[in-house]
Amino acid sequence: MALLHSIGRRVGKRLVASLPALLGVVVFTFLLMRVLPGDPAAFFASGPNAGQEEIDELRRQLGLDRPIPEQLVRYLYDIATGHLGRSITTGQPVVRDLADRLPASLELSLCGLALALVLALPLGIAAALRPGSPVDHGVRFLCTLGVCVPTFVSGLLLIYAFYVVAGIAPDPTGRIDIFAAPPPDITGFLLIDFLLVGDLAGWRAAAAQLLLPAITMALFVLAPLARMTRASLMAVLGSDFIRTARSIGLASWRVVMVYALRNALLPVLTIVGIVFSTMLGANVLVEKVFSWPGIGSYALDALVASDYAPVQGFVLLIAAIFVVVNLTIDVLYGIADPRVSIE
Amino acid sequence: MNATLRHAAWVLRGNPVTTLAAAGALAMIVVALLSPWITPFDPVASNVSNALQPPSWTHWAGTDQLGRDIFSRLIAAARLDLAIAASAVGLSFAAGAVIGSFCGYRGGRLDRAVGRMVDVLMAFPLFVLAMALVAALGNRVENIIIATAIINLPFYIRFARAEVNVRRNAGWVEAARAGGDGHASIVLRFLLPNILPNMAVQISLNLGWAILNAAGLSFLGLGVQAPTPEWGIMVAEGARFISTGQWWLVTFPGLALMLAVLCFNLLGDGLRDILDPRMRT
Amino acid sequence: MSGALLQVEDLHVSFSTRGGMVQAVRGLSLDIAPGGTLAIVGESGSGKSVTAYAVTQLLDKAGRIVRGRIRFRGQDITRAGAAQMKALRGAAISMVFQSPRTALNPIRSIGRQIMDAVGAHQALPRAALRARALELLEAVRIPAARFDAYPEELSGGMCQRVMIAMAIACDPALLIADEPTTGLDVTTQKAVMDLLTRLIAERRMSLILITHDLGLAARYCREVAVMQQGVVVERAPAGTLFARPQHPYTCKLVAASPTLTSTVADLVGGAAASLPPEGEGGAKRRKGDVAMDSVPVLSTESVRASPFRPCGAPSPSGGRNEGPLLEAHNLVKRYAGATAVGDVSLDLRRGESLGVVGESGSGKSTLSRLVCRLIDPDGGRILFDGHDIGAVAARDFHAAPQRRDIQIVFQDPHDSLNPRFSAFDCIAHPLRRLLKPAENDMRRRVQESAERCGLSPDLLSRFPHQLSGGQKARVGIARAIAVAPRLLVLDEPTAALDVSVQAVVLKLLDDLRRDEGLAFLFVSHDLNVVRMMCDRIIVMRQGCVVEEGPGQEIFAAPKAAYTRELLAAIPHVEPEPALAG
Repeated sequence: MALLHSIGRRVGKRLVASLPALLGVVVFTFLLMRVLPGDPAAFFASGPNAGQEEIDELRRQLGLDRPIPEQLVRYLYDIATGHLGRSITTGQPVVRDLADRLPASLELSLCGLALALVLALPLGIAAALRPGSPVDHGVRFLCTLGVCVPTFVSGLLLIYAFYVVAGIAPDPTGRIDIFAAPPPDITGFLLIDFLLVGDLAGWRAAAAQLLLPAITMALFVLAPLARMTRASLMAVLGSDFIRTARSIGLASWRVVMVYALRNALLPVLTIVGIVFSTMLGANVLVEKVFSWPGIGSYALDALVASDYAPVQGFVLLIAAIFVVVNLTIDVLYGIADPRVSIE
Repeated sequence: MNATLRHAAWVLRGNPVTTLAAAGALAMIVVALLSPWITPFDPVASNVSNALQPPSWTHWAGTDQLGRDIFSRLIAAARLDLAIAASAVGLSFAAGAVIGSFCGYRGGRLDRAVGRMVDVLMAFPLFVLAMALVAALGNRVENIIIATAIINLPFYIRFARAEVNVRRNAGWVEAARAGGDGHASIVLRFLLPNILPNMAVQISLNLGWAILNAAGLSFLGLGVQAPTPEWGIMVAEGARFISTGQWWLVTFPGLALMLAVLCFNLLGDGLRDILDPRMRT
Repeated sequence: MSGALLQVEDLHVSFSTRGGMVQAVRGLSLDIAPGGTLAIVGESGSGKSVTAYAVTQLLDKAGRIVRGRIRFRGQDITRAGAAQMKALRGAAISMVFQSPRTALNPIRSIGRQIMDAVGAHQALPRAALRARALELLEAVRIPAARFDAYPEELSGGMCQRVMIAMAIACDPALLIADEPTTGLDVTTQKAVMDLLTRLIAERRMSLILITHDLGLAARYCREVAVMQQGVVVERAPAGTLFARPQHPYTCKLVAASPTLTSTVADLVGGAAASLPPEGEGGAKRRKGDVAMDSVPVLSTESVRASPFRPCGAPSPSGGRNEGPLLEAHNLVKRYAGATAVGDVSLDLRRGESLGVVGESGSGKSTLSRLVCRLIDPDGGRILFDGHDIGAVAARDFHAAPQRRDIQIVFQDPHDSLNPRFSAFDCIAHPLRRLLKPAENDMRRRVQESAERCGLSPDLLSRFPHQLSGGQKARVGIARAIAVAPRLLVLDEPTAALDVSVQAVVLKLLDDLRRDEGLAFLFVSHDLNVVRMMCDRIIVMRQGCVVEEGPGQEIFAAPKAAYTRELLAAIPHVEPEPALAG
């Protein structure tokens, strides 16, 4: 009960702490929308030779003739009520576009993160348990190399190796083969939807489609995760309380599992949060390489087409995801580390 | 001075990887500086009859879809990429070190507020921020630099702040106050020189990251525009040909990027090991 | 000695470091009988802890037993396998470590950790483990209600008692305690050591106590072995060893340890001239340190001879009026709501030495910083030579004319020197700021000041990491006296030093005070040191003064109960007659 209470307090605190950042993002997107791309009224006008009257009318409609603070307040109100404007390229409300595409991005990022964790944790642990061994050197080499390869290059090289040369990967465009039937839209996550309707062949095809981009993502974050696991476990293994645990005659697997690992994973948890948010950024690159229909490629297309409403929506959405991710990490941390709730 | 050089030589002998990385980084900087004079072909002259040639003795890295020599373009691009990364990192280092050490030394409410802001910013997807910044400011090289500098800034503020914070109450800082030094003098003469070596590590590591960021932006079509030779654009252009088997268009600029980042990262890691053996990871 | 519980013969332990192999233990032999209590005493780097870790095979990876034999109950365990050692550790030989806070797992409750210790050797159901852990908690006098507490919630002394509970959980035959009370307050130290030795006696266990404190060894162990540079140089029953030390090193060590009656001159004794450079025989020495052993530290004898007059400075005793040099009235300092110093008043005459004694949290360090004008008080006045220096904000005091008159020597000599300044620059910097002398004048002053503190000129070009602990302490003192202050605030100036180095530094400070007529505000946790160094003593507790008076009086007839408690807790090196009497 006390634990829940303290976690609740922490979550509250964190929410308050992220308010300035959120507000900063909102103001930033406001500036992005209203000030920088020139006069939006002229932009939204029917054509380059629209008359001054038409532009003035538009300005009134858009509220651009009001003072800036009032515009900001109206803007905040719009965001709060979920009005993010309409995309020029798709002609749809931005909120709907984003909702359609978000599952694709999340599916990709989460699979990439899961894959990275499954690989990074054992690698980091193996390296830390035998420092200086070939395993350790191998892991260190991998980590050093891993952070040097840009995602867009590793993605393209994976396509070349597995699609062009080996021919074992499907055509690297999109989440699903163009001629295959998509599952009914239940959650938006293809892997879950296919399972829900019991279409195993479809599931396998979707998984195959997902594999290369997810690996690309995983490679990108593998290095920091493995590196942190290794460093943190090594630091813990060298600490006084591990010596104590050994001095009372605990079995060495118990020393590692109960005493070392749990302590060592705390910093890794923090890194997972940071890694996930860099993945949100890297999404844009990977989605472009694999023509993945997620929010990243949507925002990028809009950006190139000077369609600013989707870009603004995208940045806001990322900010919201970021807050949620950090809250989750905080809650997990609060459960894993009793010191947090002591204070 | 002589003793310092000898010490550096001794340190480098004991760290072959770092030495190699330092040599690589140096070589890359020299190539970048000399690039207008040493490219074997004109990096922007197209020759369509000679398009998409695989690597050969004449064209070490092959030619692209317009028949331009990729190797020459790589060399020419080094100049631009390194310049972008160096200016961005230089800007954010200068601003970050000053803001960070000032906050770290002052402590108190302002410092805590800045610290929290920076933590939040660092956890934010910074690449998205950079994208939005370039979009807002306009597609120009200066804006890539500014965007990269801004997303690097939190790292330097945080780093300088943390480094000053652990030293703020050190005996020698108090001793300096007892010895008649005012606050400005303590920050400038005592604290900054003490944190500079560690900042150098950060600079080296960040250079790699900045190169990746700038290339990533260009890959997306933000910032530097074709036909300017730039590693990110070269990868983006080559991406169209990967499914038809012309691997060299992507691979060589990719390798160049990787090598550059690798050199700076290894150099940074090595410097950190030399400065503080306990931090070895 | 076939009946010995533990027998160590000709033990050699080496560490591989960046600078090559370093021998930490070189041919050590000792043994302990069942039920015996043995103290291993030595200064830092003597190899005493390494010996303990070698016995239990808990040496860190760089360390290795090169030669020798370790026998436990007649069985050779020198190269025992992991399984055999695991069976021995905790069940037959257990350990209690230094810094109890870090020696406990921070994210596991203390009850669970004690259960782990029990369960390591006994396959018991959970409820039985818990019951046993509760028994153990009771044995070390921790309320059962703290079973689910985490180490962070407990005081250092409590953590150490948890550590003891874990160590005795499986009734081992031998307990090795490695500096178990270093870093704890003296009253806490007494409580922990009393408890530890009582449990040892009740359970008929043997104890090896590893410590740097001769007094502690004498009080709690029947036998004492003195280690120097990796070997035992002398071993004898505690009383005999301190009454009639045989080995020259033991003589020096015994002399250097403050007792109830010793004076500063006693500490260095006749052995002063032959004191080794500090930290000789250090075990895990880094490469940069190696060269300094060849440089002799000037002995105090030659120091005393050197005439020293701070040039260009007003004569220290030539005050403008004859009132007290320093007066503090009702000083108050709070940190985040807690009162660090609450309503403290004191005065200090010219050339007088005032001692401030207290345990951690007593506010003595805060007081020294207030007087030094490094921090601002929340209330009260500070007068220096009649000037209200408390009225000048701490942040502006560096420009005040009194800045040069009040200087400070810090606790940790390493931490108090700028790592990027040479020793010369460290001493010269305050001179440059405060007196602004011409370059060659300044050079001369730095050299004079260094010489006065027993630093040979060739050490001045070195950086702090190239100096030993004692040398760094001297640089810190030279820096403070270079500007010819009238009041020197000493904040635990010897707390981080080995006892033989402490002796030399104390002697140096005492000479300086007498020769230059300096006034001292001497802050320390060590009552004995303060008694030797000071004319008057203030005893502080929780930010308040509990007793004040001449040193001898306080020692002879303490008025406050707390002072009596403090005095009783100090473990003294007492010669045999005193023990008998």
